[in-house]
Amino acid sequence: MHSNKLGWLLLAPTLLVLFFFGVLPFIYVVYVSFHQWNPFAVNPDMVFNWAENYRRVVFDTQFLASLGVTAAFVFFAVISELILGYLLAQAFMKDFPGKAIFRTIHTLPLIMAPIIVGSIWKLMTTPSIGIIPNLLDSWFGYDLNIGQSAIAAFITTVVMDIWHWTPLVTLTLIAALVSLPPDPFEQAQIDGANKRQIFWHITLPMIRPAILATVFIRLMDALRTVDEVLMLTGGGPGSATRYVGVHIFKEVFPRTNYGYGSAISVIVLYLTIVVCWLLYVGLIAPRNKKG
Amino acid sequence: MRKNRPWLYVLFWILISFLTLFPIYWLFVISVKPAVDLFSTPDILLKNIYWQNYIDVLNDRTLRGYMVNSLVISSGNALLCTTLGFLACYALSRFDMGGKESIFFWTITNRMAPPAVFLLPLFLLMTQVYKVGDFTLLDTRIGMILVYCTFNLPFAIWTLRPTVDGIPKELDEAAYVDGASAWKVITEVVFPLARPGLAVTLILTWVFAWNEYLLAATLTNFNARTLTTGLSEYVTTTGTEWGIMAAISVFTLIPALIVFGMVQKHIVAGLTFGAVKG
Repeated sequence: MHSNKLGWLLLAPTLLVLFFFGVLPFIYVVYVSFHQWNPFAVNPDMVFNWAENYRRVVFDTQFLASLGVTAAFVFFAVISELILGYLLAQAFMKDFPGKAIFRTIHTLPLIMAPIIVGSIWKLMTTPSIGIIPNLLDSWFGYDLNIGQSAIAAFITTVVMDIWHWTPLVTLTLIAALVSLPPDPFEQAQIDGANKRQIFWHITLPMIRPAILATVFIRLMDALRTVDEVLMLTGGGPGSATRYVGVHIFKEVFPRTNYGYGSAISVIVLYLTIVVCWLLYVGLIAPRNKKG
Repeated sequence: MRKNRPWLYVLFWILISFLTLFPIYWLFVISVKPAVDLFSTPDILLKNIYWQNYIDVLNDRTLRGYMVNSLVISSGNALLCTTLGFLACYALSRFDMGGKESIFFWTITNRMAPPAVFLLPLFLLMTQVYKVGDFTLLDTRIGMILVYCTFNLPFAIWTLRPTVDGIPKELDEAAYVDGASAWKVITEVVFPLARPGLAVTLILTWVFAWNEYLLAATLTNFNARTLTTGLSEYVTTTGTEWGIMAAISVFTLIPALIVFGMVQKHIVAGLTFGAVKG
């Protein structure tokens, strides 16, 4: 075989691109985060100011509020998607005509751009042109206005996320359910187990790895939701749907306070890594050890 | 248990499909209505189709420019990522380099980071550091093609690795014995066999780049702006022109729908880093 030099040569362009656009930005942003730097301020120079930016981020109520609503959004969206996705996957396990077509339709939202999903839901929910406020008004006399009601806006973003991403959960769980061996189920039926027992003692333990992997992927994706919320509510009303990515895009980025913005970027990245690591250690690693 | 009623499931899935499809249908409905009809009671069925919104979008020079940018950037990026990813996978698969598995794993961490965190660092680097004289990468197509590599190149490597690993090494070795150069082996032995995997990778990276919004919105001003940013611009400046907004959305949606059939089976694997085979 050839020398490894050729291997490194083939790998070099990839490593270079990822270094300059993936790694270096973060080394640079950590460096900037320890400085006072606003090129459009009275003093446009970069001045080293220790951890002053970090101290301000930790006490920034807007930022903390955005972390709070992000956590609520991720929690409600992922839990609903998991339950709905499981039920839909189960509803897919029986034999019925047209399965392939239904599956195709169900996959459709996954390929759509988040910003288009946001645009579609804006057209669905904007009062006076949207169909949803219209129906809610004529059926229940409820006035849905996502531009004014914080809770309505929050729920709409969760529903939008459910519409967009439940199919991913359904399809991953279908893949897990299909691959289950039939023997334990037949045995349990012979032993007279009821449906609930079968679910808790056989199905759930057997598809647990798939569920955990799905939750992990969905959580990481939900944490970075920006485009569709930006389009649907713009983070409003007030700061009701200003999730962390939306906060960076709308509040931090335009302000040209680069030192401070860098500190927020570093902290959000750090929190993401921590959440990711906690999930891995808490959910996935112990299962692997036992299994 | 055994006696299930299939029509009940069909009915249930028709309902679910309706919930999936209706919002997309509604987008189309809004896009083919004149502005004056929008605010009357919403009709679910279409009486007549009004194409003017689409014609207006196509006649708009700025939006046409955005479409061209979107096409150039996503095609350039997809080609670049698939090519580099293919070469990288060949290296990872056939050479015994120290630490190659760590490198392989490291690439994906680039994709896990939230894109919002990239905004400021990339903006600063592109305006302050990556420049030659007056030329910066900010607001250039080549700049966006390179920036999109941060999420598409790891993706390409991860989806192509099993493809390249699956091509028997004996084929390369036989070719080397026959005196072929490494380049010849890659292009004439491995490439033809990897073609199906490469096609899927090319299409999915293309769609991801086409769909991207956040980085395009912050790293371009005018010259390299893409269709997704055009959409959001339209909403903020002239928020009342819902028909135009819907028409731009449909234009943005069409390419994804066209390739949907070809890559449908690979979407789930793609979105779960190959953890699940769809």
